[in-house]
Amino acid sequence: MITSVIVTFLIAIAPPSAVRTWDNPNDAGGVIRIAWQLSPDDSIIDGYEILRLTEGEKESKSIGFIGRSRNCYIDDEAEDKLRYQYQVAAVKDTIRSYSEPSNFAQSSAQWFNTERINVLVFAGIFIFLILWFITKAKKGANLFVRRIAGLSAVEEAVGRATEMGKPILYVPGLSSMDDVATIAGLNILAEVAKKTAQYETKLIVPNRDPIVYTVAREVVKEAYTQVGRPDAFNPDSVYFVTDSQFAFAAAVDGIMTRENPATNFFMGYFWAESLIMAETGAATGAIQIAGTDAVMQLPFFITACDYTLIGEELYAASAYLSREPLLLGALKGQDFGKAIIVGVLLFATLVALLLNLPVLNLF
Amino acid sequence: MKRRIPLAIVFIFGVLGAIPFLVPHRIIQDADNEFRNSVLRIIVAFSLVLGVGSIIRHHYEKIRRKRENWQYSYVTLISLVITAIIGLFGGIEANGILPTRFLVPFTKYTFHFDIQTLYTNIMVPLGATMFSLLAFFMTSAAYRAFRARNIEATILLFSAFVVMLAAVPLVSRVFPKLSFFSEWILTVPNTAAKRGLGFGIALGSMATSLKIILGIERGWLGGTQ
Repeated sequence: MITSVIVTFLIAIAPPSAVRTWDNPNDAGGVIRIAWQLSPDDSIIDGYEILRLTEGEKESKSIGFIGRSRNCYIDDEAEDKLRYQYQVAAVKDTIRSYSEPSNFAQSSAQWFNTERINVLVFAGIFIFLILWFITKAKKGANLFVRRIAGLSAVEEAVGRATEMGKPILYVPGLSSMDDVATIAGLNILAEVAKKTAQYETKLIVPNRDPIVYTVAREVVKEAYTQVGRPDAFNPDSVYFVTDSQFAFAAAVDGIMTRENPATNFFMGYFWAESLIMAETGAATGAIQIAGTDAVMQLPFFITACDYTLIGEELYAASAYLSREPLLLGALKGQDFGKAIIVGVLLFATLVALLLNLPVLNLF
Repeated sequence: MKRRIPLAIVFIFGVLGAIPFLVPHRIIQDADNEFRNSVLRIIVAFSLVLGVGSIIRHHYEKIRRKRENWQYSYVTLISLVITAIIGLFGGIEANGILPTRFLVPFTKYTFHFDIQTLYTNIMVPLGATMFSLLAFFMTSAAYRAFRARNIEATILLFSAFVVMLAAVPLVSRVFPKLSFFSEWILTVPNTAAKRGLGFGIALGSMATSLKIILGIERGWLGGTQ
């Protein structure tokens, strides 16, 4: 014990050096980064203590401790208007060896996140493409959209329900209104509701989210009005069930077995309940058309449903069903955006391949 | 006017929603947080009233018109009222003005019916029961998916067979290379397909958002006119 104390006192540990400080970039302020060169005795010390001196004050105070082999620290308790100077001390038991003071640094908030400039550039190109194709569509250009089996089957599915005298069940997903998939689901609901209004087929729309319920109700009501059948709209056909995930699944399963719909639509975002609902629907013998951007649920829908809109097909549905030139133009722009991404990926893959294959020895 | 006001609101808040992604300044971030945390919560609270109103109206109509299985609507409405009373006046854990804990006479046990007890002992097991059905549905779905009807289904069957076998400790011990092959299936073809879907979904989502913000897509308003 005595020996170790004597040894500790005899060992003079070298301090860290080259302490640098700077404002943390692309943030809301209040953060300063500190970096230093490790002490030559890094392997034997306990760690580093960081001390901060506010300009105009006489005494610095300890703001943190970090283990050995680490050469940076983030001070997230800085005030934007103050200037700070930092010192880093190598610590071994009770011994401290202080570095030279750093430069003065001041934190500040930024008005633009430069790390996201690539996103901004791509978004700009993408928006330009969409607007360009919309302008083209406005001028009457013929825009080809490939056949989507699931959407082509909508007419057939509604017709089948009408012939059988059975209702159509439409589930606009279980997510809330801030999910794009839900909005896409409601866009398709508008087109389906127009057809059910024309054919006088009963439509059932159970909802899990109260806001989605309110919007879905208005969508259906408006669709009935647009085709000149406001009298055929039944306010009781669109209703809120519960916000509990599996209670909702149980309720939808109950509707399927009691009402025995001829067609089931599942359009929106789904979680684990997707298979419970889709398998029950398959057991009742209904035609089922599903569409979701929930990648994990897609295999379940593909297995249990007759048609499935995979990912982006869900977003394309309203343009496909309505055949409105503006929407088709936007769809075309979206496809070209995807083509750019594919091109960039192929180019990057090629470059990576040329760099990493020694046999080619091109770079 | 009925359409222009919602479209203007969507445009303003759509653009405002995108700005915080690019601007890290505290003023913008605080305003964004305020909208997301406070304003949205207030809207959701109001929407709950609409939801409850819908439940009551739906089941009241069912009882009034004596539709099929109308008796069950009484169960829903009575449960709704009782739960609401217990929740509003009994507090979450029996800390409200309504007493929700009683000592059972001649015993040392207490009877609880506070909202937390109801939730833990009724809602949670019922939810778990529904969730457990998934295992059976998954089996029947797997049987349907794995029938080798064509070349794609056969590849699917083979891949699934390899992945499932490799997950069995004994098999992976006997055939160590099977684990690598299974890992390759998951990390290469499977991930490639998922990423392809991801690109499409991200772009589709962005395009749909843009169409809604610019008022091109109006299906959510009920139509295009």
